[in-house]
Amino acid sequence: MADPLLRVENLVRRFGGIAATDHLSLDVASGELHAIIGPNGAGKTTLISQLTGQLQPNSGAIRFAGRDITRLPAWRRSALGLARSFQITSLLSEFTALDNVALAVQAHDGHSFYFWGDARREKHLRDKALAALTRVGLERRAGVVVSRLSHGEQRELELAVALATSPKLLLLDEPMAGLGSTESARMIKLLQELRREVTIVLVEHDMDAVFALADRITVLVYGRVIASDTPAAIRGNEEVKRAYLGDQHVVTSNG
Amino acid sequence: MSASFNARNAVAALVVAGLVLLPLYTSLSGNVFALTLFTRIVIFALAAVSLNLIMGYGGMMSFGHAAYLGIGGYAVGILAFEGTGSGFIQWPVALAASALFALVIGALSLRTRGVYFIMITLAFAQMAYYVASGLARYGGDDGLTIYKRSDFGGLINLSNRVQFYYLCLGCLLGGIYLVWRIVNSRFGMVVQGLRSNEARMQAIGFPATRYRLVCFVIAGTLCGLAGALLANNTDFVSPAVMYWTRSGDLMVMVILGGMGSLFGPVIGAVVYLVLEEFLSQLTEYWALIMGPLLLLIVLFGRGGIVGLLGRLDRG
Repeated sequence: MADPLLRVENLVRRFGGIAATDHLSLDVASGELHAIIGPNGAGKTTLISQLTGQLQPNSGAIRFAGRDITRLPAWRRSALGLARSFQITSLLSEFTALDNVALAVQAHDGHSFYFWGDARREKHLRDKALAALTRVGLERRAGVVVSRLSHGEQRELELAVALATSPKLLLLDEPMAGLGSTESARMIKLLQELRREVTIVLVEHDMDAVFALADRITVLVYGRVIASDTPAAIRGNEEVKRAYLGDQHVVTSNG
Repeated sequence: MSASFNARNAVAALVVAGLVLLPLYTSLSGNVFALTLFTRIVIFALAAVSLNLIMGYGGMMSFGHAAYLGIGGYAVGILAFEGTGSGFIQWPVALAASALFALVIGALSLRTRGVYFIMITLAFAQMAYYVASGLARYGGDDGLTIYKRSDFGGLINLSNRVQFYYLCLGCLLGGIYLVWRIVNSRFGMVVQGLRSNEARMQAIGFPATRYRLVCFVIAGTLCGLAGALLANNTDFVSPAVMYWTRSGDLMVMVILGGMGSLFGPVIGAVVYLVLEEFLSQLTEYWALIMGPLLLLIVLFGRGGIVGLLGRLDRG
């Protein structure tokens, strides 16, 4: 196997006495859609935040495209081709959809110390942004202020913003969160198209979506990887059943 | 930005037209006082416009903006005192000193957020205030009288009231134009994006602090220009212009007029200083009337006066 696009080695992150990430190692191969699942509190978002640089690990290493990025700030990782969507929608709410995406394009088009020209009239920024919006089916909502978009549209916009940075690796933190069944189906279809273009790490609670999309699945419990394998193998893994499904079983049998 | 006719644009146009025509009125009516008052108002409007760039557009609640009024003023005053009367030297020094001060305190303060940022900018401005108070050679607490206004050769005579007024107005309109270009530029988009959602901006690849710092320096420099004008207007500079209540006045002007709107600070400065002038003639306790009035506008007019006008448009 060639070198993985993303390699996480022995990552540790503690909050007080609790290890939210506990000697976690993980490989994501170029071109795959790698899902990360686990019960609530397994440390999925903590992991994503360390991958994108919002949070610093206590120890361990993160290598991206052969380069050690463990101590790089978030904006530098973005420049290297790492993009994320947020679990809780995190957009520029008083800007239009197009402005949100155009800023993401601008971030990857040299520095932004230009004080004079009108940024909204820079055609190549707007064109690229519109292309990303079209990609997620939002082109007709380009001029709408984010706070007036529906929740589902905002989730799609999150994706368009991430895509506009032309990432090598897309980290999606529960893109399906809060979506209705029609919207979820649309999102799954969209991800099915995107996976052909870009490597994706998907954190998701929706098991139908995960098993429909993933090439590989990593299961986290209490900050540790208990299994990392193909969907079929994960389905049959006894330890996963115990740790993941078993928890609920214990709860119901006690109650 | 739409150029369509609405109450907001109409008021902005009226204010600008009024300011441009004011010397005509004073020369016809012989009311010199109005010119004196409005020269002061225009200078403070420039300071408020510069504060609006960081506070309204950048979301940086600086509580020490009056420091630059003092730094610009002392640059002019000290150079005049030491025998350098040329404005071509005084003013660039005033701007450079303000920029440098902004760079240093910005680099330190911008590591903090929220209340801490407000407190640390306040602390730095108070530090500047006490340093100025300690300048025994330049009058200390009592301040420094400027016996001769900045000399720009035959270009413009600052001792001529009308010429000086138009210089101030030119600086104000130039400042507004600059801010307008900046907020619509790539740089301005980044700064406003950071106000809206910093984590998002970092995630899409913007190093937040260096954009904020540059914005902070631009605003400080512009306010330093207002400081140079103010010192020439009063022929005097003292630590009092840097006192924290002055910074508060500037914040009130911005909030009163409308944060993050181009002409808001100008309208805020006009309303605040005209009210102050008239109320202080009525009673010594004018602040008792001003206070509740400000509260009402802030409570019921989110977005300040400009925000109220905007709601008028929408009916």
